[in-house]
Amino acid sequence: MAKLKGAIVVNTERCKGCDLCVVACPSEVLALSNDANSKGYNFSFMEREDNCTGCAACANVCPDACITVYRVKL
Amino acid sequence: MNVKDIINPANLVYEKTTVMNDTPMHYCPGCSHGVVHKLLGEIIQEMDIQDKTIGVAPVGCGVFAYKYLDIDWQQAAHGRAPAVATAIKRLLPDRYVFTYQGDGDLAAIGTAETIHACSRGENIVFIYINNGIYGMTGGQMAPTTLPGMKSTTSPKGRDEKLEGHSLDMSKLLMHLDGVCYVTRQSVHTVASVRKTKRAIRKAFEYSMMNKGASVVEIVSTCSSGWRMSPADSNTWMEEHMFPVYAMGDLKDIE
Repeated sequence: MAKLKGAIVVNTERCKGCDLCVVACPSEVLALSNDANSKGYNFSFMEREDNCTGCAACANVCPDACITVYRVKL
Repeated sequence: MNVKDIINPANLVYEKTTVMNDTPMHYCPGCSHGVVHKLLGEIIQEMDIQDKTIGVAPVGCGVFAYKYLDIDWQQAAHGRAPAVATAIKRLLPDRYVFTYQGDGDLAAIGTAETIHACSRGENIVFIYINNGIYGMTGGQMAPTTLPGMKSTTSPKGRDEKLEGHSLDMSKLLMHLDGVCYVTRQSVHTVASVRKTKRAIRKAFEYSMMNKGASVVEIVSTCSSGWRMSPADSNTWMEEHMFPVYAMGDLKDIE
């Protein structure tokens, strides 16, 4: 089976740091940043980017539609 | 292959629907409203009905829905969205008309409008967001509040002897002849988000087949009103809301 590798881009200004994507990620890729955006929210980012399979679980549950998902077959 | 190589338009899997604009949403972090807005945008984009859809915004947190989805909107007085939607659908039968209402709007002040619009069999879609409290005004007890659930106006928990039982609108509406589809869904996991999307799409399709009214209830969280984190709210919803408001289709006339 081909291996899938993914990556996401978080719209950090739109992100409210609700943590739901971190909980939803089956590969534990995401975490909340120690940095904050202009509104003071700790936005989410790819902490373990090698684990991402591009399943888009994070993007599906994101209430603010901040996440764009990309995926390639290796 | 590193992340920069993967991030390329050719490898795109998921992006924000273009029906939803870039205005930052006023909802609290983790609010279910955002997911439902997103689903509506995705369905409208997939069905290519952006210029044929008219939404009716409620009073409540969802009142600003018109700011975020680029379709035609009308804002109705508190609870009167079904009456306004009835008029729009009767005058413009070729449009997809839906109301977007919370439980304070649909199940409290607008109960009469909801029941009569459903009883008349108006070909409209009800998107009903049920989080069990009045979220916008500060978390007061609503008709849908669970027995024993704490709110700002029931600090010791809802007492059924004094305040009555929780009102299950979907169970009530499914018995009306004018209603073709009643379903109860949630948006807290990936699977439930996908199911809800299919349900809303089906309701939109039924409304254009003139089958009658469709009700899509979405059991939601209100992390600010419930005084919990968004993740804890989802767990609490699974443990406490789902036994009272069971998931699944209640009526589907096919």
